[in-house]
Formats: sequence, structure tokens, C-alpha cells
Amino acid sequence: MARRTIKVDYLARVEGEGGLKVVVRDGMVQSAELSIFEPPRFFEAFLRGRSFAEAPDITARICGICPVAYQMSCVYAMEDALGIRVGGALRDLRRLLYCGEWIESHCLHVYMLHAPDFLGYDGAIDMAREHGDAVRRGLELKKIGNEILALLGGREIHPINVRVGGFYRVPHRRELAPLAERLKWARQAALDTVRWVAGFEFPDRTRDYNFVALRHPDEYPFNEGHIVSSQGLDIAARDYDDHFEEHHVARSTALHSRLRGAGNYLVGPLARYNLNFERLSPLAQQAAREAGLAPSCRNPYRSIIVRAVEMVYACDEALRIIDAYQEPESPAVPLTPRAGFGFGATEAPRGLLYHRYRLNADGIIAEARIVPPTSQNQGSIEEDLASYIGDFLDLPDEALQHRCEQTVRNYDPCISCAAHFLRLDMDRG
Amino acid sequence: MATKKPRLGVWKFASCDGCQLSLLDCEDELLAVAGAVDIAYFPEATRSTVSGRYDLSLVEGSIATPHDAARIHEVRRRSRTLVTIGACATAGGIQALRNFADVREYAAIVYARPDYIATLATSTAIAEHVRVDFELRGCPISKHQLVEVISAFLAGRRPVTPPHSTCVECKLKGNVCVMVAHGTPCLGPATHAGCGALCPSYNRGCYGCYGPMESPNTPALTKQLEALGVDQSTLRRVWRSFNANAPAFRRESERHGP
Repeated sequence: MARRTIKVDYLARVEGEGGLKVVVRDGMVQSAELSIFEPPRFFEAFLRGRSFAEAPDITARICGICPVAYQMSCVYAMEDALGIRVGGALRDLRRLLYCGEWIESHCLHVYMLHAPDFLGYDGAIDMAREHGDAVRRGLELKKIGNEILALLGGREIHPINVRVGGFYRVPHRRELAPLAERLKWARQAALDTVRWVAGFEFPDRTRDYNFVALRHPDEYPFNEGHIVSSQGLDIAARDYDDHFEEHHVARSTALHSRLRGAGNYLVGPLARYNLNFERLSPLAQQAAREAGLAPSCRNPYRSIIVRAVEMVYACDEALRIIDAYQEPESPAVPLTPRAGFGFGATEAPRGLLYHRYRLNADGIIAEARIVPPTSQNQGSIEEDLASYIGDFLDLPDEALQHRCEQTVRNYDPCISCAAHFLRLDMDRG
Repeated sequence: MATKKPRLGVWKFASCDGCQLSLLDCEDELLAVAGAVDIAYFPEATRSTVSGRYDLSLVEGSIATPHDAARIHEVRRRSRTLVTIGACATAGGIQALRNFADVREYAAIVYARPDYIATLATSTAIAEHVRVDFELRGCPISKHQLVEVISAFLAGRRPVTPPHSTCVECKLKGNVCVMVAHGTPCLGPATHAGCGALCPSYNRGCYGCYGPMESPNTPALTKQLEALGVDQSTLRRVWRSFNANAPAFRRESERHGP
């Protein structure tokens, strides 16, 4: 085994375009590099000169899988700049919209992108031939997530009903009632999903990750809370730039993020779960325990179970919001443009999503900065490959390549976002 | 084993992935589609790839890098029928805002090392590079229209996607006109149908994400927007968004500033 070369030009079952290069020397992984060749689209440049009011619709187009996340980080940042707060039923409706996106996006990843790795299929459509009931359950669950988006947002992809200050139109109580019936089925399907994925085989690999996620005093985080880490960071979104930095490497059109003084970190479901377990609903906590997950889980391959647990939570939370919903008097709070900075951080399905804007007095954007979750996870993905793949080098090329891909897919990387991913180039030297 | 099923390829260029996600969002139809066609290339959904020719290629995204400008010719060569899906593929997408600016400045704003970035000065529709058999509009496309396009292809007929304006969809839906009744600026009269008049149904003016309808009278609509108090710089932005490089919208935006 003097020299083996494995090459994946284009990683499948991730959102976007990227590749991977692993260099092995004398039976040791010397380096692992993720390259992102998603064409740059320059959102932060063309947002300059646009109105604050256009930004939720424009930034949604960064990602077709998680447009709500972009809309949410955007509206919170703009509201911060304009000095307004959105509370009560409007705040709850935003959480409900996010529940829909978490269900839809997690379900897509669990059933269609990640489960085939564990069960040995190329994709969900092949998997459906022998696991038809599971795939049909996944599709129906995903559809219910999308139904929340379609009702509240107008459509599943790039919803049209979100604006700075609230919504254009809010639903009547009676419109939400049929959704509640569907969500009761979805909650049971999510519980079944937890049991299903808990039965997969997981490589026994853990690392001492520095998890980063939002934490809110009372609730599992969607839109609000402090940015906290497992190493004791606890800051407001407006202090993000003091603690995190981005750097540009030649192999990637996505900027890499690091915590100043602490290096790589991990965002996403695993981070949220570890930092917020006690804020999950009792049913979601119980489902996690029954699936063999402790309140702390450092095995990234088990993130598929955490996503399923988060789907249980999202169904529970959506049902709670619908039950308590009282139609607000106005669909949005009034606002007046003013000059200033605004900061927003929310929990996209893939993790922390940070937006910062500077506005002119007339509400025109002077500067925009957006840090998506996959950018933040690039360092951690590379460290996982470097630390874990060394144990799998006895595998034949095809199986090893598959293991590398699975390790990357633990992160549900969204490359369209990050570059705003994947080629495997394995050099065994 | 040889298969007689038509072979489908789904290709991505510069985009958000949302239009190809629309296929996976057809939860009720996906397994039926997978039964009717051989999904030979769809990296967002499957690792398996089949080389050779494709009977139907769905192309998402715009041409924005030198590499993609070459790759689209390879996709065309290997495709019997090539259908572009979404505003990026049919008009260049939101990233075509660079066409009205200096892309080197854009790269310097976003990236610390613009020299690492290989990009074209423009973002353009697929049809500006290769012959396209059918264009499906929208940002994002309608999944119902996508199913119609695939069904039409399987049946060997032309897809039914009416090119009239969003206004017609509002009338069919029985919506009150947001522009006439509420004075809300709306691009519906000039915008291609397909979304089901979503924005007006949510008390909001249409923002043109389906691009121009077949014969848009954009100057007349601009006059109406001006009467509602929309200023010149706003008019330029209104016409210059997700379909900024579609000729009818581009010409109209250029009447209101550089």
C-alpha cells in the first residue's frame, strides 16, 4: 500500500458543489481538505444599495433548503438596527414557521441524504425498494413540514409572507386547525423516526468538540438567545465579530470561520442538543433517552438521531403554538428607517446563522455580512476526517470513500449556503 | 439489464438549489416519477451516476464562472431535450446584479483574496450559451409546473404553462386587486403567471419573481407605480431583482438609472 489514490470529484447528497482531498502518508492521515467550488454569487456585495425591506426576500435566495433561516436572521438584524421588537403572537408565528423548516430540512437529510449511508444505498429512491414504508413515512413527514411553510409563508421555497416587523398577512385560528391534526400524525412519525435511526450501526468515534449554539432562558433556541459554547463563551449576537473571525483559503469559495483563540468549533443539531438538552420538550427528551442518547452526545455519526429528536421537538412546539394562538391585531409592527448597525443570529437547521447590516438614514443597506453554518463547520469537518479516517484505512477504496462521504454528511453541509461541496481526492502517497 | 425508461439528468450551475429541491418536494409524486424515468444523474439525491446520454436534462442555475461556461456545452451535447428551470437558468438570477456593476469590486467586498476567485463579469441565462428546448420560469419554480413539464415530456407533448400575466391568476382566484383597492405597488400586470398570484393573496404586491410575461407593457406599469408615489431609485430596484437580466425588465430598470 505504498500509494493509493481515491478521488471523488463531486460529493453527492449534499446541497451544492464541493470536493474533498485526503492525503495519507505511511498509514497516517496527513491532511484532509474540503474544497468548495460553488460559484460565488456575491450577496454581501449586491445587498449594498438595496432597501432594508428587500433584504429578507433577497437573502432567502442564498439557500433553497433553508430560506426561512435567512429570512429570520435578516429580520431580527434589521429590527435590531431599527430599534423595534416583535413579540407576542407574531414572535410565536415566526417560531412556527421555523418549526416547518426544521421538519422539512431535517427530514430531507435524515431520510433522503443520510440514512442511505447507514443502510448501504446510493439514495432514497433505491432505498425505497426495500424500505418503502420508511421512505413513504419520511416523505409524508417532510410534506407536513412543508405544509406549515406553505400556509404561513405562502410557499415552501422562498416564502413570500415574511417582512421586517412581522408578516404581510397572519392566519386565522381556523386556518391552523387542520394543520394541528396533521402535526399530531407528524409527531408520532417523528417518534418512529427516532426509533428507526437509533437502530442503525454507528462508528464509535468521539472528539472533544467546542459546540456553539444559541441558548435562551426558557426555550429550545430558534430566533433568540445568547451565543454560548461548551467552553464557556456567552455573548450577545452584536458581539459576534469580537469573538469569531473568517479567513479565506484558496480551495474554497466559502470563508472559513474560527473562534479567536479557540480554533475550530461545531454548530448545528449536535451543538444545540448538547447545549440545550434540558430545554427540549419532555416528549423529545424521553425519545432521546429511549434511543440511547445521553444529554451529552459527542459522536457526530449519531447526529442523525439528534435531528430526529429535533423533529419531535419541532412538532411538539408547533402544536403548542397553534393551541395558544390568538390572532394579533396587526400583521406587523410599524417602523421608521434610521441609520445604524443591526445584528441577528438564529438557528438554521444546520446551525448558527449570523447577519450584520449597516443602514443609512433612509434604510438603504451600506454594508452586509452573512456567516452561514456550513462555513463555520468547514474546520470541524476537516478535523473529523483527519481524526476518524485514519482508523478506516484498511477498508478497500470504494468503502473508504463512502466512509469519508458519510463523515462529511454528518454535518448536512449546505454548500450553496457556504459559498455562498464535494470532490474527494485521496492521496495515500 | 437494459432499460427502456427515459433517462433523467438534473444539473446544477450557479443557484440556491431550490428549484431542484422542488423535485424532492413533490412528496406525493416523487416515487411515481422515479418509477417512470431512470434518474441517471441527480447528485443532490443520489451517489449513483450513469455516463452517456440523457433523454431529459433539467438544468438549474446560471452561467457565472468560466468552468460552467464550458460545462454547459457538455451537458447540451449529452442531452436530447434540455429544459431550464428557474430564474437563474432562464434569466441569470439575482446574481445577475453583477451585470450592472464591476464584478472585481464585488469580489473585493466579499473575499479577502479576490485572486482566489474565478468568476465571469456577468451571470447569464443558459439559453445565452446553448440551445434550450423549454424554459420553466420562477424563483423558485412551481412544483406543479415541474410535474407538468416532466409529464408532458413523457407524453411527447408541449408543456402547458400559460405565458399570461399574474393579473389573470388573481382574477381567476377572485382576489381583490391590491394596487387598485389598496394602492399597493404590484408588478403583477407585467409578470409571468405560474405562482398562483401568491403575493396578492397575502395582501402584498407581486415582486416579479417569475420574470416578464410574454408581452409586458413595462412603461405603462411604471407610470402607474409613479402615480402611487414610487421614486426613481426604488423603480430601478423594483425592476432589477430576481429576473434583473431578463430583457424586458432590464430595459425598464435602465430607464431609471445606471
